[in-house]
Parts: sequence; structure tokens; C-alpha cells
Amino acid sequence: MSDVAAEVRGLRMRYGTTDVLHGIDFQIRTGEVVALLGPNGAGKTTTIEILEGFRGRSAGEVTVLGTDPAHGGEQWRARLGVVLQTWRDHAKWRVRELLQHLGRYYARYGTPEFPRPWQADELIELVGLTAQANRRIVTLSGGQRRRLDVAIGIVGRPELLFLDEPTAGFDPAARREFHDLVHRLTDQERATVLLTTHDLAEAEKLADRVLVLAGGRIIADGSPDELALRMSAQAEVRWTVDGQRFVHPTDEATAFTRKLFAQYGGAVEDLEVRRANLEDTYMALVREYEQ
Amino acid sequence: MNWPTTARLGLARGGIELRQTWTYWPDLLQFVTFSGIQIVVLFLLRGHHVPGASFSLGSVALPSVIGMSFVFSGALGVTALLCADREDGTLLRAKATPGGMDAYVIGKITNTSAIVLIGLVGSVVLGLVAFPGVVLTPAGAGTLTWVAVLGLLATIPFGIIIGSVIPSPRFLALVMLPFGGLAAISGIFYPITHIPGWLQGLGQVFPLYWLGLGMRAALLPSHLASVELDGSWRLPLVFGVLALWSVAGLAAAPAVLRRMARRESGSRVAARRERAMLRPTT
Repeated sequence: MSDVAAEVRGLRMRYGTTDVLHGIDFQIRTGEVVALLGPNGAGKTTTIEILEGFRGRSAGEVTVLGTDPAHGGEQWRARLGVVLQTWRDHAKWRVRELLQHLGRYYARYGTPEFPRPWQADELIELVGLTAQANRRIVTLSGGQRRRLDVAIGIVGRPELLFLDEPTAGFDPAARREFHDLVHRLTDQERATVLLTTHDLAEAEKLADRVLVLAGGRIIADGSPDELALRMSAQAEVRWTVDGQRFVHPTDEATAFTRKLFAQYGGAVEDLEVRRANLEDTYMALVREYEQ
Repeated sequence: MNWPTTARLGLARGGIELRQTWTYWPDLLQFVTFSGIQIVVLFLLRGHHVPGASFSLGSVALPSVIGMSFVFSGALGVTALLCADREDGTLLRAKATPGGMDAYVIGKITNTSAIVLIGLVGSVVLGLVAFPGVVLTPAGAGTLTWVAVLGLLATIPFGIIIGSVIPSPRFLALVMLPFGGLAAISGIFYPITHIPGWLQGLGQVFPLYWLGLGMRAALLPSHLASVELDGSWRLPLVFGVLALWSVAGLAAAPAVLRRMARRESGSRVAARRERAMLRPTT
């Protein structure tokens, strides 16, 4: 298997006279989890739909699993998993019935490395829907429906999985369960994942690498830590002395802390050094771009 | 493309969806209501006579209504299914699955054909039991079979075309309207011989009239041909017109369907959904 799962060069998209993507470049390596971030209207969904082969492009080169998505055949399609923002399909079907049926489409594309499809019951257990296996899909709650969407997305054991805002509308518990599921997928199934999200904590938790898309351009590309370091060396130091709280922003957190101890010694309590998190970085990036 | 596998998947899909029609109560209710209305109308017509013959109008209308079911349950049935599946993303799911679109279409054709044929068998039994004059001879059964096969071929591809072209299920009512008009000029509930000549001509362009005529030829005594246009069942013409519509539909439907499917994407489904939710509820 190639080291590169997807490669995008000079991708442009124009609707009428409006340019939505102004020539973007990025690469997704096999086994990587990449988060695509950006404000609404930045072109995230357009980008992901072009990679999924659901949308044509105006210009540029796109290769997904070694194939141009515009000409991807059924063999290529069988190696992808797609979880869109809103699925309401197959409402009258039952959970197990649908997973079993959709799994059968992948049977002829199985390889020793990727045996296909995933057993329906095993998959149902993996996404925690065993109690709902015989329920009609229309009766599932929002979180259950979303987990079913993920199950359908991976029933063919995809080598590359697209997740478009997978946890929108989840409560915190469902969100955490979903994150565990993605970790399991990438650890055990060696799947490559491209996800879009508005939840920066989610991106920080799941992604090996973050791409920030704004105004149809990629304005940042790197691991969450790299981006945080690049954007701001500034950190916030909090501590208490004699029960009194102090907060001090500084560019030199280590030097400042050393000075603090030199001055107060053991009287320094509750010391906290907080570096900019992905959310701070993201806000700074987008703000900088918009100026 | 591995056709045996795809065909098997399509048939399985059609079978599952057919079973849902009989076990999902909103669907069942719709089927029962629709059939119930037809049966009531037929019974109301039973007491009336065909103009110029001493034969029950209800017994003549019953085969005509069977013919009509190919257009309303067949063509418009598949149109409604396709529309709903585009709106809720079922079609996009098929597109995201390897070989999914072909199996999807085979499934829809299977499901719709089965519903039409189940209705046909039920109506024939009802006619034989409750409508004096309705008969099924061996020759009639032969006619019934080929008219039914051609009827499915002539109507379902057009249902797929219409379902691919109209932008949302909201337009379904708009599509139904001309079909209601077509039923009125196709001699379904009232003989075509008693409407103005130019409307007779228009009615004979479409398959609905010929489906009704073919079914009457299959299920009514031969002497009743005398009240038809030309005083004959005109079976060669029934065959010819239905075959022409079949060829046209089968030639055009795959391209129209492919074009529609190519344009489906997650954001299109989401946009349709948003529009549907913005619609004021009354």
C-alpha cells in the first residue's frame, strides 16, 4: 500500500463567477487522522465532496487512493467510507438488516489485508447499538442514528474514511464514545481519516494533523502542537501566594517561573502554566487571515 | 460490473422494501386507502350500464382500473419512491456504495413491479368473484400476461425519468394533476367513445388508454369489443403502442437517471432538507 492516501495539488473550485477554492495543496499520509478546520463557507464540504468523488472540480490535481476521484470506479469506491453531515436515509429499515445488506456490496472487494465486509453484529456491538439492532432506524435517537452512520461508513472496512462534522449535535458522553470509536478504528483498523469539525477540542484530541481552510485557501498545516507553537509563544502563568491568586501572561514561561520561585520559594502554590490551545491558535489564525 | 451479484443484491433490496410496504403501517394504510377508494368506486359503478349495451359499467371499469394501476402505482409509484429517496439521502447512500446505484434501481423496479402485480392479482380475483361478466379464459390469461409485462416496461422507466427530473417531493402533487386529466380522457371510468373526437385522439397517444383496453380485452367477453373504438380490441395496436413507449422509456431512463445521480451530493441533500424545513407548516 502506498504511503500517501490522498494528494491535492492546485485544487480550484468555481461556482459561476465565485471562487470557492483558490488552489489548495495538501497531502494525507496513510494511517493519518487529518482534521480540516475552518469557518462556515470556507470550502470544507466542497473539498471533502471532491475527494469523495461526489463533486467535480474546476482545476487542479486530486488523487485519492491512487485514483482521480472524478474517474473512480466501483473498485475504488469500495475502499472508501463516507459519513456525511446529515443522513436520514433508509428510515424504514432495521439496523441489522441495513448493515447486513450494505455489507454484501463489499464482499467481492475483500482482500487478505482488508477482509470485507465487517460482520454486522460485530459492528453493531462496536458502535454500541446491540440493544437497537432490530429497531427501525426512524426510531433511533440522534446520537444512535449518528453511530449507525459511522457503522455504515465503515461496514466495508474502508482504507480511507471521510467524516463530515461527525459529532454535531452530540451530548458530551456520546462525543466521548465517538472519539473512543475513532481511536479504535485508527489503531486497530489502520484506517486513514479525514474529518471536518467545528469542535476544536475534538480536532486536538483526534487529529495527528490539522489543516485550516479559510476563504478557499489553506492558511495552516501542521500538528495541533506545532500550530500552537507557531502562532503564539505566549503562555499564561497562574499561581497563588498566601491565598491570593495571580495571573501573568508571558513570552518566557520557563524564565518567569524560575524567577517566581527565586522570589517566593515554597510559598508559591497552585502553579499552572497554560500554553495556547488549538482554539486560541485557530482564532488567532483566522483573525490574522481576515485582516 | 458483476451483473449476477448486482442483480441478486437488487432483488434482495426490492424484497426487503416490499416487505416493509406490508409491515410499516403508514405505507400499509396508504395502500389500503388507495385500493379501498377504487373498490368503492367500482361497486358504485356496478349498478350502471355501459351506454349502448346491457352490461355493468362496474365490470367494464374493473379491468380498466387494473390498466390504470400500471400508471398510478407503477410509474407514479416509482416516481414517489425516487423523490423520497433523493430527499432523505437513500439514493446518495446507494451512490456511496460500490455497485449501489445499479442494485438500487433494480430494487425499485422489483418492488414497484411486485406491488403492481399483487394489485393485479387481487383485482382479478375481486372481479371474478364480485363483478358479473368478468371472465378469465386461457386466451385471456395469455393476453393479461403480455399486456402486464409490456405495461411495466412502458410505465416504470417513465416513472424513473419523472422522479429524476422533479426537484423535490413537493412537486409530486403538480405531477399528479396532468395524470388525473389523462385518466379522464383514457376511457378508464367512462368509455372513450363518449368524449369529443380530439380528446379521443389525445388519449390514444398515451399508454394509459391502451393498458385499459388490453386489460378489458383480457378480462371481458369478446362481444363487448363492439362498444370500443373501431368495434374491436385492436390488440396489435395495444402491443405496438405499448412497445413504442417501452423502447422510448428504456432508451431514455438510464441516461436521465445517471445524470441526476451524478449531481447528488451531501450538500445537495442538506440544501433540499433545509428548504423543506424552512417551508411554513400549516
